[in-house]
Amino acid sequence: MTPGFAEPVLGAQSSFRAMLHALSHPGRIVALPDVPQAPMPLGPAMAALALALCDADTPLWHDGGAAVADWLRFHTGAPLAPAHAARFLAATGAPPALAGLALGSDEAPQDGATLLLQVSALEATAGWSLSGPGIETTTALRVSGAPLGFVAERAALGALFPRGLDIMLCAGRHIVGLPRTSIIREDG
Amino acid sequence: MAVLARAAADALRPHCAGLPAHTRLRGPEIGLVMLRGRMGGDGAPFNLTEATATRCTVDMAGRMGHATVLGRDMEQAELAAMLDAALQDPALRPALLAQVIAPLAAEQAARRARNARRAEATRVQFFTMATMR
Repeated sequence: MTPGFAEPVLGAQSSFRAMLHALSHPGRIVALPDVPQAPMPLGPAMAALALALCDADTPLWHDGGAAVADWLRFHTGAPLAPAHAARFLAATGAPPALAGLALGSDEAPQDGATLLLQVSALEATAGWSLSGPGIETTTALRVSGAPLGFVAERAALGALFPRGLDIMLCAGRHIVGLPRTSIIREDG
Repeated sequence: MAVLARAAADALRPHCAGLPAHTRLRGPEIGLVMLRGRMGGDGAPFNLTEATATRCTVDMAGRMGHATVLGRDMEQAELAAMLDAALQDPALRPALLAQVIAPLAAEQAARRARNARRAEATRVQFFTMATMR
């Protein structure tokens, strides 16, 4: 078992602030100032967001195995839940089918789940072209190691708006916010 | 664990000097716990009050030690957690039980007995017609 944040309150607050920054500028790569040392395969950025977001009232789903389950339950106190009932999902590999997750309701779209998705690398070069609220024209983002068919699967949820899924991409200690309003176009 | 939780930091500190190195996994941090009571011992439970408690978890050579103590003494919580972890080590356990836990338990039992004696000396028996008959 490894410790969580060195400073639990400041670490969680700075990670939450970084996540707000990432979600208000979709596609922009944001570095987390303070990350915990988490058991593999949980990356530093995803571990930091999990600690900042989860508590005893937020059902959590993850695919990291027993060591990750112990670590998350010890440090967050969050109950582990099946994917369709989880408020936060920490996917280190391929996530469950996006349409089967909690997407909120038309009256309470904020009840939709937030998916933390671990990818191998994030670069601000051509690859995906993002547009939508928070982006003046377009933002270029290259994501290495995204699950196959991820962009199409996410785009299919667009018709359900305001219901939907907010996604945080995590790589190393960097994050990128993909709120449900952002539109992704794959270049080339 | 109950013995460690009731022991003051001053009583624990000398015994922790020779223990293996440890890392803090959580805390020590101060919080509140809700104490529940039952009217007359068997009535419906109700929230009596909140009490300040301090908890700490440490890792000592792969063994996790936990402690939750009443009050706000963060050092006491950490020392108790260190001893809890060390007590899980079969090599250290017999010596610690004999040198730390047994004397502390004896002292705490003596203090409880002394307080009980002083309280018992002031007990008042209420006799009513119903019980005298």
